[in-house]
Amino acid sequence: MNATILFSVITLVSIGILSAGILYVVAQKFYVAEDPRIEIISEVLPQANCGGCGYAGCKNFAESIVSSGTLEGFNCPVGGAEVMKKIGEIMGLEVKIAEPMIAVVRCNGTHAHAPSKISYQGVDSCLFAHITFSGEGGCPYGCLGLGDCVKSCQFDAIHINPETGLPEVNDKCTACGACVKACPRGIIELRPRGKKDRRIFVSCINKEKGAAAKKNCEVACIGCGKCVQVCPFEAIKLENNLAYIDPQKCKLCRKCVEVCPTNAIHEINFPPRKPAQAEATEAGA
Amino acid sequence: MKTFAIGGVHPQENKFSASSPTEVLPIPAKVFIPLSQSLGVPSKPLVKKGDEVKIGQMIAAGEALISSNLHSPVSGKVEKVDDYIDASGYRRPAIFITVEGEEWMPEIDTSPDFIGEITLEGPAIIQKIKEMGIVGMGGATFPTHVKLMIPPGKKAEYLIINGVECEPYLTSDHRLMLEKPAEIITGIRLLMKALGVEKAIIGIENNKPDAIELLSKTAADYPGIEVVPLKVKYPQGGEKQLIAALTGREVPSGKLPIEVGCVVQNVGTAFAVYEAVQKNKPLIERIVTVTGSNISQPSNFLVRIGTPIITLLEKAGWNPEKAGKIINGGPMMGKALFSPEVPLVKGTSGILVLNRDEAYREKTEPCIRCAKCISVCPMGLQPYLLARVSEIGRFDIAENEYILDCIECGSCQYTCPSARPLLDHIRLGKYKVNQIIRSRKN
Repeated sequence: MNATILFSVITLVSIGILSAGILYVVAQKFYVAEDPRIEIISEVLPQANCGGCGYAGCKNFAESIVSSGTLEGFNCPVGGAEVMKKIGEIMGLEVKIAEPMIAVVRCNGTHAHAPSKISYQGVDSCLFAHITFSGEGGCPYGCLGLGDCVKSCQFDAIHINPETGLPEVNDKCTACGACVKACPRGIIELRPRGKKDRRIFVSCINKEKGAAAKKNCEVACIGCGKCVQVCPFEAIKLENNLAYIDPQKCKLCRKCVEVCPTNAIHEINFPPRKPAQAEATEAGA
Repeated sequence: MKTFAIGGVHPQENKFSASSPTEVLPIPAKVFIPLSQSLGVPSKPLVKKGDEVKIGQMIAAGEALISSNLHSPVSGKVEKVDDYIDASGYRRPAIFITVEGEEWMPEIDTSPDFIGEITLEGPAIIQKIKEMGIVGMGGATFPTHVKLMIPPGKKAEYLIINGVECEPYLTSDHRLMLEKPAEIITGIRLLMKALGVEKAIIGIENNKPDAIELLSKTAADYPGIEVVPLKVKYPQGGEKQLIAALTGREVPSGKLPIEVGCVVQNVGTAFAVYEAVQKNKPLIERIVTVTGSNISQPSNFLVRIGTPIITLLEKAGWNPEKAGKIINGGPMMGKALFSPEVPLVKGTSGILVLNRDEAYREKTEPCIRCAKCISVCPMGLQPYLLARVSEIGRFDIAENEYILDCIECGSCQYTCPSARPLLDHIRLGKYKVNQIIRSRKN
């Protein structure tokens, strides 16, 4: 009985020692020298593996930084300035802090603004709906409301509002750009968060002629050009019957919002206007 | 009796309009002719605002390899060349014509006389077919002249004529076979001469015994042409299924019918070829079935291309209050229309209007792995798998499982006891796989 126990213990222990020896030799022989900075940078990164930086996950991003030896063109939108600063310290390089961005949905074709003409019964996939027809409201550029962007978001930052049928972006957005890629119509755009989180943008991407756009949606951009004329900073361009506000040039004066005849230009996070002084408000406040 | 071996379903036939003779619809006050009426590249317009056109005058040219010519179906003035809203709700270019009088191009033979004698040689026939803008009339609208040009190294052995009309409800081909048998047979002889084949087989399902009898009698004088009755089974009108049913040959995956020595044409196309070659008449009108639970008089109309579909619906007595869905084509493969204002095009074989209570899909339940979709798939695919991998974005698996062989017949979705939207997912998968293959080539 004792001999059996003794025999088993000796056998197992010797197998263990032998295996440990083999593992040690293999580990020494096939050791891959890895820059320790890769591991350190990886630890700093958010580990969301969202791909917002353009690389296949956080580890790949860290490897690319270390192997290129520069921070030019690298930005982790999720971690933002804080994480990029830490990476700069690790690499001993100076960091140009990128402007914080946020996803913006450029369609306002709610159930009320663009009433449904037909009803869709196919699968809940914007891409399938897009290749099948123009949309329940008829606008070939508008949001289909089936939530491909919601499915693509890893940060719980975009949801369809059942009342309007449109996606809404909340503050959890990290500007990783997954929804931008998921949207088959290219409605979502990454724009700078702006001073005090204030933003002005044209909430429409319809390139049809004004009458055709307006027929399907009462808040469509009709390409009238009023905003282009009123803008003191030449921030607005009109191309293919569609106005676009360049966020780099826009000083948030809100003049364009006032003149837009279809209310296609949106302002976000501004204090309510004082009716009498609206004209006198200083530009770029 | 012959049929294809793999899969297939038996939907209710509902051929309500089979006994209504073709009625000529009056010419509408305005027509609009979409520039994209065949597979391939849209045609280039040759007319501009204010131009006077005659019936049969060429108004747009198909310049690309796969494209087709368009001719004015009416006489009048070109109102504009502008966008219209197509059947899917997107904007596409079209030629708008206001009708004035009825003046035909002088070279078109408008007499009712039948011309059975063939004077042209093969290449001249193909040239004529190309000029007259003939496309496949079964619904796919592939330019016919392209199909007749046999690639080097291949040889056509059989001309297969599709008189199956396996889609439920539709009767336009059936009526055509009953009303114009001699013209169809002449069209077939022209196609045989163009292809240089000795044998032609006309496949007709045996739910149309009158058409089988009539065409057999008409074809009796021509030993090369044979009429073969087929057992009723959907989708027998599919090119590959029809070849399998009539010759027992299988077209390899990703290849065309010419690979097994066959060229398939619809009976409607044969008739259009007859009119083009013998009578100089371009493809400016076609027979359309208007039917469905919402239609009080299911009918077959001979209509000019470009006529708004709503005029057909009004003529056949539709009830807009109760209408739930207007389908271009049959219930299995047809696509719902965005609006009844869209024009009739070369590929419109039928308009089906369903009442609201019939129009909606059933509630989707989870897949119970019953494998019914596999047993009915006429291409021998696994629809449940293709739908699932497309749903979760594994397009690599979809491609390896031959998703591109799917002919979109809808048998899987029709038979699914859980009412799963299998074909929606598969169409999405095909779109993505095609996109991936294109990006790989670049």
